[in-house]
Amino acid sequence: MPHSILPFFHIWAYLQTQPLLGLTATLCTWELANWVDIRAGRKSFTNPVLLSILILAAVLLLTHTPYKAYFTGALYVHFLLGPATVALAVPMFNNLPAIRRDFFAIITALTAGSIAAAASAMLIAHALGAPDAVVISLGPKSVTTPIAIGIAQNLGGQPSLTAVFVILTGVFGSVICTGTFRWLHVADRRAQGLAAGTAAHGIATARMLTLNQTAGAFGGVAIGLNGIVTSLILPLLVRLLGL
Amino acid sequence: MVRAMAILLLCQLAGTILQQATGLPVPGPVIGLVLLLGLLAWRGGPSESMAATAQGILKYLGLLFVPAGVGFITELQELRANAFAIAIAIAISTFLGMAVTGLLMQWLLRAQESVVPGQADAP
Repeated sequence: MPHSILPFFHIWAYLQTQPLLGLTATLCTWELANWVDIRAGRKSFTNPVLLSILILAAVLLLTHTPYKAYFTGALYVHFLLGPATVALAVPMFNNLPAIRRDFFAIITALTAGSIAAAASAMLIAHALGAPDAVVISLGPKSVTTPIAIGIAQNLGGQPSLTAVFVILTGVFGSVICTGTFRWLHVADRRAQGLAAGTAAHGIATARMLTLNQTAGAFGGVAIGLNGIVTSLILPLLVRLLGL
Repeated sequence: MVRAMAILLLCQLAGTILQQATGLPVPGPVIGLVLLLGLLAWRGGPSESMAATAQGILKYLGLLFVPAGVGFITELQELRANAFAIAIAIAISTFLGMAVTGLLMQWLLRAQESVVPGQADAP
């Protein structure tokens, strides 16, 4: 090994124990993923969250960096999930008039859809032989990530698995939403937005928002409400399924 | 900005304390969300700095998911072993949740709006 490379290894080893590298890598990758997404015309499969995760995972695996070393820096971004969840109250408050007007319809349809999504996901995975930790981690996958991670943690699932399931659900939901509504003749914009937000949270809501403002607003309502409804219902559902 | 951030953290803190004290299955930050919603209703709406701070933090919501998401590399074996079950479960359940919510919501809205006065035929 040439001597000139040696200092590099020292610096590398030092940086692995520091938060700087993980934090910088997270922000730079996010910027890169956004650039790609914009250049590709914001396709559903160029979702910047999915892209960033894949790029960073590839970098960690290729450089043999343990996730723990990365997370010492990424922790500072991760921590903001808590206040971000609380901040969801602001757009919810702005949509209160709409929620109040159709409250009965919203809460009924959302609860039914929420149970249908969570129960079917867990039942199918269980029937196909997935272990309990995976099955429980699938439960909150339709909920927006900060809330889903909290729920998975509380129920004994794997928060990191849940984070990936949530994003896969969002990407899948945003790909199928317009076709599903056409096929099932769901033409009401409020119903479309609520369904997209309930089944596939912010990623599908963002897709609906590009098509219609009303649909986007109801998607926003669904994200917040489904977070609350799922965190109340899922513990019961998990117990009912005997997990 | 700092005050709004402090309020967000205080709501999260109060929510977490409530969660720990009562053993509620709801995550602390979700209780914090409900607390802030109550605060906003009581105050008649968000202050300018709260609106800006919330918008700022939610604008980059996607970024905040990334660190947890990258954690899937610690579960690669589990994911690979169950890839089929996971893919089928996510595909079917997402479609099902969307279909149930959309169809039921549309049906309920129609039922509700067909009894709106003016459209109803008086006997």
